[in-house]
Amino acid sequence: MTKVSMTVNGRAVSAEAEGRTLLVNYLREGLGLTGTHVGCDTSQCGACVVHVDGQAVKSCTVFAQDVAGADVRTIEGMANADGSLSTLQQAFQDHHGLQCGYCTPGMVMSSAALLAENPKPTEAEVRYHLEGNICRCTGYHNIVKAVLAASGQDVTKIAAE
Amino acid sequence: MPKDGGIGASTKRREDVRFLTGKGRYTDDINIRGQLHAHFIRSQVAHGTIRKIDTRDAEAMPGVVKVFTSADFAGVGGIPTGWQVTSRDGSVMLEPKHPVLAEGKVRHVGDPIAVVVAETLDQARDAAEAVEIDIDELPAVMDMKAAVQGGPLVHDEIGSNLCYDWGFVEENRAAVDEAFKKAAHVTTLDLVNNRLIANPMEPRVAVGDYEDHSGQHTLYTTSQNPHVIRLLMGAFVLSIPEHKLRVVAPDVGGGFGSKIYHYAEEAFVTKAAQILKRPVKWTSSRSEAFISDAQGRDHQTRIQLALDADNNFMALRCETYANMGAYLSTFAPCIPTWLHGTLLAGNYKTPLVYTNVKAVFTNTVPVDAYRGAGRPEATFQLERVIDKAARELGVSPVELRRKNFIKPDQYPYQTPVAVVYDTGNYDATLDKLLELSDYAGFEARAAESKARGKLRGFGLAHYIEACGIAPSNLVGQLGARAGLYESATVRVNATGSITVFTGSHSHGQGHETTFAQVISDMIGIDASQVEIVHGDTSNTPMGMGTYGSRSLAVGGSAMVKATNKIINKAKKIAAHLMEASEADIELKDGKFTVAGTDKEKTWVDITLAAYVPHNYPLESIEPGLEETAFYDPSNFTYPAGAYGCELEVDPETGKVEILAFTAADDFGNVVNPMIVEGQVHGGLAQGIGQAMLEHCVFDENGQLLSGSFMDYAMPRADDVPFYSVDHSCATPCTHNPLGVKGCGEAGAIGSPPAVVNAVLDALHRGGFTNVTHIDMPVSPSRVWQAMHG
Amino acid sequence: MHNFDFVKPSTIADAAQALSHEGAQALSGGQTLIPTMKQRLAAPATLVSLTAIPEMQGVCLGDGGLHIGAATPHAVVAREAKAHYPALAALAGGIGDPAVRNRGTIGGSLANNDPAACYPSAVLASGATVVTNTRKIAADDYFQGLFSTALHDGEIITSIVFPIPEKAAYVKFDQPASRFALTGVFVAKYAGGVRVAVTGASQDGVFRWKDAEAALSADFSPAAIKGLAMESGTMIHDLHGTQAYRANLVKVLTGRAVAAALA
Repeated sequence: MTKVSMTVNGRAVSAEAEGRTLLVNYLREGLGLTGTHVGCDTSQCGACVVHVDGQAVKSCTVFAQDVAGADVRTIEGMANADGSLSTLQQAFQDHHGLQCGYCTPGMVMSSAALLAENPKPTEAEVRYHLEGNICRCTGYHNIVKAVLAASGQDVTKIAAE
Repeated sequence: MPKDGGIGASTKRREDVRFLTGKGRYTDDINIRGQLHAHFIRSQVAHGTIRKIDTRDAEAMPGVVKVFTSADFAGVGGIPTGWQVTSRDGSVMLEPKHPVLAEGKVRHVGDPIAVVVAETLDQARDAAEAVEIDIDELPAVMDMKAAVQGGPLVHDEIGSNLCYDWGFVEENRAAVDEAFKKAAHVTTLDLVNNRLIANPMEPRVAVGDYEDHSGQHTLYTTSQNPHVIRLLMGAFVLSIPEHKLRVVAPDVGGGFGSKIYHYAEEAFVTKAAQILKRPVKWTSSRSEAFISDAQGRDHQTRIQLALDADNNFMALRCETYANMGAYLSTFAPCIPTWLHGTLLAGNYKTPLVYTNVKAVFTNTVPVDAYRGAGRPEATFQLERVIDKAARELGVSPVELRRKNFIKPDQYPYQTPVAVVYDTGNYDATLDKLLELSDYAGFEARAAESKARGKLRGFGLAHYIEACGIAPSNLVGQLGARAGLYESATVRVNATGSITVFTGSHSHGQGHETTFAQVISDMIGIDASQVEIVHGDTSNTPMGMGTYGSRSLAVGGSAMVKATNKIINKAKKIAAHLMEASEADIELKDGKFTVAGTDKEKTWVDITLAAYVPHNYPLESIEPGLEETAFYDPSNFTYPAGAYGCELEVDPETGKVEILAFTAADDFGNVVNPMIVEGQVHGGLAQGIGQAMLEHCVFDENGQLLSGSFMDYAMPRADDVPFYSVDHSCATPCTHNPLGVKGCGEAGAIGSPPAVVNAVLDALHRGGFTNVTHIDMPVSPSRVWQAMHG
Repeated sequence: MHNFDFVKPSTIADAAQALSHEGAQALSGGQTLIPTMKQRLAAPATLVSLTAIPEMQGVCLGDGGLHIGAATPHAVVAREAKAHYPALAALAGGIGDPAVRNRGTIGGSLANNDPAACYPSAVLASGATVVTNTRKIAADDYFQGLFSTALHDGEIITSIVFPIPEKAAYVKFDQPASRFALTGVFVAKYAGGVRVAVTGASQDGVFRWKDAEAALSADFSPAAIKGLAMESGTMIHDLHGTQAYRANLVKVLTGRAVAAALA
């Protein structure tokens, strides 16, 4: 066991980790931040996506010791300072971009990374960017719609009614 | 215009806030002080005799508390089956024992053999490698037809791999055969309904806890129906009476059927916690889920449609082999029978239907209900054979369907397969589909595709499903070993807010929002004053849970029934307080008034009076305001709809791209359109996934070839388009108070045949007219092979 | 997974030293290695992270073409190689998904030599040089079959040097589940001729399609390969495609890559 320190959601933290401790286990078990989920073991589903130094990564496929000292952001750190939902989170609620909620943290983190580098993505760009995030509930329709809406684009024509 | 928060409003979901901020509480988020971790050692071979299990070295390893084998479970029952099917000859199905841990033999890859329980999960996994297991591998039986023709026995003690041989409607068999003899045209189609893996994004988790001083067991589990788990596990496996067993299913990350069943891991952690006097937790990895979650579909079918000279459907005949896997999962026997055979009339007035289903044991993971469950299989074969018939006859697939539709003036409609449809209007949904999908403009779009070297096709499917399972007395006659009512307790608090305890369970469906909308509408208080509680057997009334698109139709009806009792009692109190006749009391917008007067009492005046009964008719009414109701439906509900898929095939690679998907559904009344549409979207992606991507494949030795997301193709965001969905052609259900039908499975039922019909349409337009069928998934390789192979 | 010691050296020399110990294994982005370790199919005693070595990072022009540090993530290659070698940048931008591209590295991909990985086709079609801590290996010598390379135990890829072609394109046909290449074809036209490398298709891993190279060297147009046939006997057969299907894809994708290179 080694003491591993990093910054998570703006707060300096440290917890014990073995060599094999994955970042997601460090967050969930070491820090009690259970918003980040594990949905597979082959780095495919994206439920575990967090930001490390501003970049989206799959926290189930990174060792905690490999990102010691990094600046990590998780779903728990995505709301506005006053606790209200961020624009992106609010768009997910407004457009019903989640059902069971399990893939949602990863979807939000991946979408936030997309909007940071491409503030006005096209539908195709959103779909391509979310290739590594699997959702089994929504059929993606309302997730894509939510991301487009969060980018300030008009989505009223996409509405089914 | 519906009022915000009431019935018919697209109210935003209240549960979203916790999910969007990482504050959901899923089972794996539960960690109990002192808990141990369980790691299951599973069979790596599909069939074999266990010669030896030596746990000594493993038990000496760091952190290991105990290694369990079947010997530790000698005194407990097997995992029970909740439905008994009777064969054509009157004999009951064969029902082999399904032990918690394998006894003597392993019967599929993934069959649990032993469990290491240790202080940490890594220690348990490390020690698992030190458990010595000696298995003599036996030949695996994989092919269903071979299995019933003398293949190796999955269960030696039952003497056959044929679980049952079911005929329906057996009395019609001869008449159906006779109709085929007289038919002007017979269309025959052999097809496979591909095996699927449900793959909710949250893998299964179970945490067992035991309180030594009280003898109280608690199981936290990823379940769609905690009461059913309590009943099955308590009564049949572990002999724990209900009052000593609490089952909690907190936030659950999707189910799609796979979390209905009682699984061995639940019984294991519950029992192990009692034995070890410490909480025990098991979390499935995804790899483990692929070989331990019940799987779906896997039918091989020959379907035949007989038509007369005017293209009227005369009779339908089907023969299906249905894979049960190695053991009977909880509801497995009823899926290919009562949830399948009873839907074979579809939307059509086919007078005679006969289906024969042979359920077969093989050395594969057990199969049970997956979104749609039996109904997608029925719809697929029916809608495929109709399309094939239309092509053979040279008539429009649209018009052949329309000609044979049950017409709006024929309801209630008694089908030849037992069920009675209460309402419907299939011409309306078909017309709506053709309008929304711009069917009239298709030829021009096809020509444009052709100019680009692509083959464009349009595929149509119409479906019906039976939801809201089901009248308990009926399903009892059909072999169900449970009632299928639903329950609700409506507790009005003293200051007027309401807590509803429902037996339904939400794992993505949004009950916390929609159920509150119903209450808000009925009483006229703000939806924010209503809390929906579900998922804990210690505070909710005995309920049967959520599956089969039943929550609002059955659970919602129970809640309406209980709320009506509340309103009736509240009116009595109001009548007393306003010194009026109870018959003159009206409730509107949260106010009680006396007809013809200006007298008025607020909702809170009444609720306070109920709990502070100073001025109160104590001699005739009890204080308090809390009611429970159980609702047992008098019939199924029958959602129906028309689905259209427009796609392009790349003739060089066989790649299929869906360009548009349109769904026109009749769900009856709708409480929250936003949520209903979301349910359809999700169902469509799963149906498109079945049609184009997903396939659970075992090799001839029973090894799972599609054992991870690296080989089992889940639909991704870039595999699907924006969908066009509509539910305006509503014919409300006549026999439940909300007039609702259910919407959870429709998308997955109607879409696979629409996709495959569209691919075949594209191929025919491209000149590949000898291609009459492609089995799902219509992968690029298969489509290319059909064209060029 | 099995436990291990984790070390993260900051120089190539220290990394080589760490890797010389019994049971030591290099870790780059880990996007393949970590899932493999979860399955307990790899159990190193020590993992030596190569991602903190500055000289193994980055994309720059230099002698012989475009130099890419072996520990450069796919996302960085996609961004920084775009101006110099757009086809290579596009290939990097299509590997895995965005989160995988932020961690996975070119060196890790080449050291693993997965038969369905994208990078080997670019390296082989470009006639690139794989530079290690001890030597330079020509692409034609580097790839030696499925998951097999010319690397010795403990040898570290430090950079890859890509000669920049006149025209090039990579066309990938996704395996629908993993999104690896069911088949991918990289076509690169140099003054000295055309090279065509195919990934995902063959039981022997990445390979050059010499017949197509000859035809395209004579006439760099999709029509030039119309008369060729790809032998299907050495193709992979699996859940996602038959041998004949993959052989067909090789030809179709080669034609499309040529068309894309000309566009």
